[in-house]
Amino acid sequence: MNFAVLQFPASNCDQDAVHAVELLGHSARLVWHKDSALGDTDAVIVPGGFSYGDYLRCGAIARFSPVMQAVKQFADNGGMVLGICNGFQVLCEANLLPGALIRNRSLQFRCEHIYLKTATHDSAFTSQIPPGKLLRVPIAHGEGCYFADADTLAQMKANRQILWHYCNGQGELTDDANPNGALEHIAGVCNERRNVAGLMPHPERACESLLGSTDGRLIFESMIHALGQKPAALAA
Amino acid sequence: MRKHSPRRRALPNIRLVFAGTARFAMKAKIIITPKKAVLDPQGKTVQSALEHMGYQGVVGVHVGKYVEIDLAPGTDRAVAQQALDEACHRFLSNPVIEDYKLEIE
Repeated sequence: MNFAVLQFPASNCDQDAVHAVELLGHSARLVWHKDSALGDTDAVIVPGGFSYGDYLRCGAIARFSPVMQAVKQFADNGGMVLGICNGFQVLCEANLLPGALIRNRSLQFRCEHIYLKTATHDSAFTSQIPPGKLLRVPIAHGEGCYFADADTLAQMKANRQILWHYCNGQGELTDDANPNGALEHIAGVCNERRNVAGLMPHPERACESLLGSTDGRLIFESMIHALGQKPAALAA
Repeated sequence: MRKHSPRRRALPNIRLVFAGTARFAMKAKIIITPKKAVLDPQGKTVQSALEHMGYQGVVGVHVGKYVEIDLAPGTDRAVAQQALDEACHRFLSNPVIEDYKLEIE
């Protein structure tokens, strides 16, 4: 599979995402924010970092970059898109995902390993995660508190768009296990069509035992599994 | 060919009318605040600091942003109002979490 990993000024997990995809035996290449086409691409990763310095709001300026117009078209055609950390913020700003990410409740930048509980296995991003398996992955963000209004949240629940919750090591959604104050412990969501997803934690930094966890692989393996069942690559 | 970004499409309208005639400089002032339903930990922290400092009667603090935009002399107010209102909605604020107030003077 060919993954396109976007690169904005001040992206900083772009190389990590390329590395993770290559570890899994697939190819990934970086696509510069000024490019207005993605080329031959099976899936897009919008990586973490501080695109455009997080000016105005996280992701607000990246959203209008030429490459994001191509990503929007790719997603509208059913292409698979994963936003990680700042990438999640960019996809929310671009209205490709519901809700928004605001300042952590603690006002602190949180950089630590957390546990994720998968809310539904019925998605291209979670299908290969074994039932009951908690994912231990790192977070590194100052503005990861997920918010959506009550109507949006109800709609997301009805459509099973919440993919991951923050939990403790026993899988419980305790207040202590919520690192940023996210609404209902939401760590990651997908769109109604289920082809675009975003999460604040960094699965690409949890793909090698050297880094303390390989749980992040399960998310990429789910994407690769879903792509393997698609007939042809989507060009954009 | 690169497409025009939406912002670039909206802004040239501001300068259209009466361009070239000497007028007073105009400014747009935009105040962006978090929506009431949204957690505002900054506001809460500032509020509790004010209370600790002894300022009484503070029942709420909301920390937002202020954006000032200089407009070309002779800009048509109504055109600017409409274009900037759109820019506020699409770009300068995020309607999911923020409200804005736009004033042109």
